[in-house]
Amino acid sequence: MADEPRVRTLIHGTNALQRGVPAQIRITLGHPMENGLRHDGYGNVVPRNLATRFECKLDGVLVVAADLYPAIAANPFLAFWLRADGPGTLSFEWWGDNGFHHRETRDIAPA
Amino acid sequence: MTAARVLVAVLASGVVAAAGAQPQPRRSGLDFMSPALQALQRDDAQNPAMLWVQDGALLWRTPAGATGQRCADCHGDAAVTMRGVAARYPAWDAAAGQALSLAGRINRCRQRHQQAPPLAAEHADLLALGSYLGLQSRGQPLAPPADDRLAPLRAQGQQLWQQRLGQLNLACAQCHDQHAGQRLGGAVIPQAHATGYPIYRLEWQGLGSLQRRLRSCMTGVRAEPFAPDAPEWLALEAWLAVRAAGMAVETPAVRP
Amino acid sequence: MTRTVLPARRQLLGVAGGLVLGLQLRTARAVSATATLAEVERQWAGGQPVREGRVQLEVAPLVENGNAVPIRVRLDSPMTAVDRVQEIVVFNERNPQRDVVRFSFGPACGRAQADARIRLATSQQLVALARLADGSLWSHHVDVIVTLAACVES
Repeated sequence: MADEPRVRTLIHGTNALQRGVPAQIRITLGHPMENGLRHDGYGNVVPRNLATRFECKLDGVLVVAADLYPAIAANPFLAFWLRADGPGTLSFEWWGDNGFHHRETRDIAPA
Repeated sequence: MTAARVLVAVLASGVVAAAGAQPQPRRSGLDFMSPALQALQRDDAQNPAMLWVQDGALLWRTPAGATGQRCADCHGDAAVTMRGVAARYPAWDAAAGQALSLAGRINRCRQRHQQAPPLAAEHADLLALGSYLGLQSRGQPLAPPADDRLAPLRAQGQQLWQQRLGQLNLACAQCHDQHAGQRLGGAVIPQAHATGYPIYRLEWQGLGSLQRRLRSCMTGVRAEPFAPDAPEWLALEAWLAVRAAGMAVETPAVRP
Repeated sequence: MTRTVLPARRQLLGVAGGLVLGLQLRTARAVSATATLAEVERQWAGGQPVREGRVQLEVAPLVENGNAVPIRVRLDSPMTAVDRVQEIVVFNERNPQRDVVRFSFGPACGRAQADARIRLATSQQLVALARLADGSLWSHHVDVIVTLAACVES
């Protein structure tokens, strides 16, 4: 069993796609998005720990990219619109502080 | 059991509700939230608590403890076998010889059948399983069992609910029964029905238990919170279940 | 005037005497925490005119809890190869830092529309800024009132 905590994500909207029809994809990343300004119960600063960038690509072609800042709420939620003209592989990739990096893929088969 | 029959049975079992104390009609904390936050709770594609529910579904199928048993090995598909279960807790556990919350029951199962250690109240795995099982009762009426053995615990919970606490010398009932719907600072005081636990609380930016919420209430009135393993937490939870009997389970809820 | 920034680290650089450092690297942005909203708008626009209109920033005018505020940015565009939106960014007025989010729309994007959930420290103005492929720049300013929850966990 790995020691590092598992990265949790929710990805909705990759089923029931239609060729050429824009469809909304909604994603959530489990991430504390600590802005480095909060204090714990002992008065110590909780160190900054942010997810800073997200990219969604379809077979390597960019769908949407987002630069995330401390103003993004914890467990960052993003929704965006995809247009797929045929089957392919969607990649969802996040980067952040402390070497954070997570990538997932979903195969899509628009009708 | 219908909500009305539950209420009658519970009252007949010896719990006396203080006359005129409860706000009527009973309204969930959901009602006191802005439309945007209500939408957040209602949409599974947006509710951050679903991260924990997803984990709970995974844990349900994951071997645990010395026996390597999975929850699913005994209980099968939770969507079928656990339907309505969370709505009936806290409940009397014959083998334990005491009342248990759902979290307590999960821990008992872990120890007894998986030979796995019990998990602390705010442990991510326990919250995940609790939210996953709670989801299987979502939409169903809270149905505290008509069980005389729970009467002393519920009475203790009701007494705690009405007891002034802390430097602010406030009882839960004063805010949440008498002044529910009025404003404290910028926020509306909810009726405080525990129908959606574990909740995703925006202030925590994470999922937490009823005990955690009650602890912060006690801190809020400048009272020293009960010890983590104190019986008072279960007593309050048992009383709150009676108080909200018949209201729909909302787990996993979103709250400010 | 530009200054090289290590691309692997995201740093906040302070404003020095009116000089604003703007740098476009894939993983690094120089944003001053103390700049005003107007200053970061000007910096983003790079001296080009910005017109109020076309882009929409949707956010509730009254927010009960600043911890998780849903926002949506959108601009009606055919999103063809030549007639498209390149990016929509959101800045704030009163958080510790001006940036909120920056969306870039690629060829596989179906609509210039995106949602996020943000944090707002207090009542303030937000602005969405859009850059179109034809070089035109558009803005939408919105005032948001934030009432904070009364019971704060100690």
